[in-house]
Amino acid sequence: MEHAQGLEHAQGQQHPISVYFSVWGLLFVLSAMSYLVDYLHLQGYLRWSLILVFMLMKAGLIVAVFMHMRWERLALMYAILTPPLCLLVLITLMAIEGDYTFMTRGLFFGQ
Amino acid sequence: MTQHTETNTAGALAPPPPGWQGIVADWSSDVQAFQVPWGKAMMWIFLLSDTFIFGSFLTGYMTVRMSTTVPWPNPSEVFALTIGGTEIPLILIAIMTFILISSSGTMAMAVNFAYRRDRAKTAALMLATAAFGATFVGMQAFEWTKLILEGVRPWGNPMGAAQFGACFFMITGFHGLHVTVGVIYLSIVALRVLRGRYERTGNYHIVEIAGLYWHFVDLVWVFIFALFYLW
Repeated sequence: MEHAQGLEHAQGQQHPISVYFSVWGLLFVLSAMSYLVDYLHLQGYLRWSLILVFMLMKAGLIVAVFMHMRWERLALMYAILTPPLCLLVLITLMAIEGDYTFMTRGLFFGQ
Repeated sequence: MTQHTETNTAGALAPPPPGWQGIVADWSSDVQAFQVPWGKAMMWIFLLSDTFIFGSFLTGYMTVRMSTTVPWPNPSEVFALTIGGTEIPLILIAIMTFILISSSGTMAMAVNFAYRRDRAKTAALMLATAAFGATFVGMQAFEWTKLILEGVRPWGNPMGAAQFGACFFMITGFHGLHVTVGVIYLSIVALRVLRGRYERTGNYHIVEIAGLYWHFVDLVWVFIFALFYLW
């Protein structure tokens, strides 16, 4: 699958249709598995880690193959994929904030 | 650097130097940075901004869910449906997920056939994608109706934490709006493909660009499904 990067843009992104079918199938399987996590009533860290793993695998497949990111040049790849990492900072800050609010509410409502 | 100035739309493109040198070569020298059609670059940048919108929504949802002292309603029970006398947890959402994934599959096929200049198949697959999308929105309307009838409001609900309704309507509403816009967008492009509008210019990138938008809608649903419905 080692394409010469950037060469295919003259004709557009063209890849064997079997690639799409296998990713389609994988997405179905992964979705079924994440549904099973709920159906089988898994709880706690096992549940959360499985949900996150399946979520990230599905997201990766969609971006890499369906959106053709793995065949794009690094300049576009990094320009699009690195900025969302800023959200990790927001998530961390808001997790701290949410914890603090929870604690304050606990004190205020006397629980 | 002459190779960069003459590689706008047509013409074969020389591969960049490997790794970081390729990035530097593409970004420097006051030349076109993204060696793709401008519409595609702009769609990617729009999708990046949309990522931040949904990222902020989901982060806000995380914050209120972490900070509430009242138990969060169990999505598994809230979104259960009774089919044939048995209550199946979360089944409606599971079906919606499979529908959206299928629509992404047909869209990927449509892009493939567009570059092969197969107009009939491209348009048919795009219209199938739009039909899947319309089905999804229909099921979402059903879900909203069900929850509203059960008394879920943005400011409160009978099942638990008051913030549940606000998060639900905000996040799924915004996503549903994206799906609706996507259905309209895809239908328009599909009809244009069918009429042969892109045949004259020979530029079928528009199908891939519309596809990027559609796959993004599916991508956002992956996160909503995991973080809102399954968590």
